[in-house]
Amino acid sequence: MLLLPAALGLLFLLLPLVALLVRTPWGDLGAHLSTPGVLQALRLSLVSAGLATLLCLLLGVPLAWVLARAEVPGTRLLRALVTVPLVLPPVVGGLALLLLLGRRGLVGQHLYAAFGVSLPFTTAAVVLAEAFVAMPFLVIAVEGALRGADRRYEDAAATLGAGRWTTFRRVTLPLVAPGISAGAVLCFARALGEFGATLTFAGNFPGVTRTMPLAVYLTLESDPEAAIVLALLLLLVSVVVLVALRGRWVGGGTP
Amino acid sequence: MPRHRPVTTAGPVLALLLTGCGEGSAPDAGHGPPGEITVFAAASLSGAFTELGEQFEDAHPGATVTFGFAGSSTLAHQVLGGAPTDVLATASPETMGRVTRAGLVEGDPAVFARNSLQIAVPAGNPGGVRTLADLTREELTIALCAPEVPCGAAAAELLAAAGLTAAPDTYEDDVRAALTRVRLDEVDAALVYRTDILAAGADVEGLEVPGAGDAANDYPIAVLTGAPDPDGATAFVDFVLSASGREVLGEAGFDLP
Repeated sequence: MLLLPAALGLLFLLLPLVALLVRTPWGDLGAHLSTPGVLQALRLSLVSAGLATLLCLLLGVPLAWVLARAEVPGTRLLRALVTVPLVLPPVVGGLALLLLLGRRGLVGQHLYAAFGVSLPFTTAAVVLAEAFVAMPFLVIAVEGALRGADRRYEDAAATLGAGRWTTFRRVTLPLVAPGISAGAVLCFARALGEFGATLTFAGNFPGVTRTMPLAVYLTLESDPEAAIVLALLLLLVSVVVLVALRGRWVGGGTP
Repeated sequence: MPRHRPVTTAGPVLALLLTGCGEGSAPDAGHGPPGEITVFAAASLSGAFTELGEQFEDAHPGATVTFGFAGSSTLAHQVLGGAPTDVLATASPETMGRVTRAGLVEGDPAVFARNSLQIAVPAGNPGGVRTLADLTREELTIALCAPEVPCGAAAAELLAAAGLTAAPDTYEDDVRAALTRVRLDEVDAALVYRTDILAAGADVEGLEVPGAGDAANDYPIAVLTGAPDPDGATAFVDFVLSASGREVLGEAGFDLP
């Protein structure tokens, strides 16, 4: 009874990708890929998604620790708030960032007045937009790992005289490292595919803010074949990320 | 147990959806109720056409007009991909040509309006922009339409004619997006259509550009061969070309052929 819908579901997920492969102009692949704009967009995508992942790690791991460990009231509300970007349409996220950090934004106007700094239309804005959208993936993964980890190790470390910071650094972090890597890979994948928030907050300029998804979208209007090649490249990177993730999950022993 | 959410990637998925529907444009066998007309129109037409649609519905009881406004090249791409559309109105003959060459246009497209570019600046002109040459100033934040869409093509033509290389910070996908950057005061200037500046009201100031008339865009409109409601489509196109249609377009700031 379940097999037919399951097969349909699988086809639904895979056939579009098959269509992409079938329509790929394999003969002209080299020519399309060697266009300067392609490598530029790919490099920008990898760099900005990497930086966004770094930012998410720096802020997201402590946040996950607070959600999993700290006995503060309102943790459930906090967790709900953290997952908002997950369900928010990315364009809305981008608009929200613009209203906060744009040069007339809530905070952005002061940045602009004091330092002449305007974030939109910079690579920094791309990183922020990607981090905004991708951080919940990391926080949820790491929080899950923290909840699954055996707290007795931490208690033992504390009994032996380790402070909270030492315990966190020497015991907790190694314990949940597989969860952190899995979260980071998910976060990176999400950042790599980010489109709506980037376009809205950061704009679209080659080499500065035009990441692969933006390049695919814009190229589609003028040169569908080139867009298919770009999409294929992005698909390839995503598959590599997925394989990396699978390796973590299977080999890493995440609970 | 940690639960991981599926990764969603909006951009590529959208691209896949768009490329996935290249099945041609066979007309729908099952006609909808008569009088349901779908019109794809350039983003710069959104004000004027919305008003025209209301007038058309008043004049034709039972008819409903649904608009899809977007950059002309997006629209052309969607029509080529088989979007069930009755009428297409683009901001350039070039974008219409892509659809015409595919044999998807009924008869010849008719030019119904012309539009030229102006420099849009936020109210108060914070960047002190005066002429087209100011768009080359690196320290200003400038939005242009992407060269792939008609307003971007017109901007490139205008700048080239003046011998200028602009220093844009972002290429927007349609003219309304470029205008929105100005309205939100996130850029110091953008090259957009005169009509968009008129429609934006007090948030935006427009600066005339000498020679803009030479780089003006013709707007063609056509009934599509795959139109689910060909009669309604023809009636709507006739209405746009009629005296009432011209009046609305003229008020919105379009030049009339």
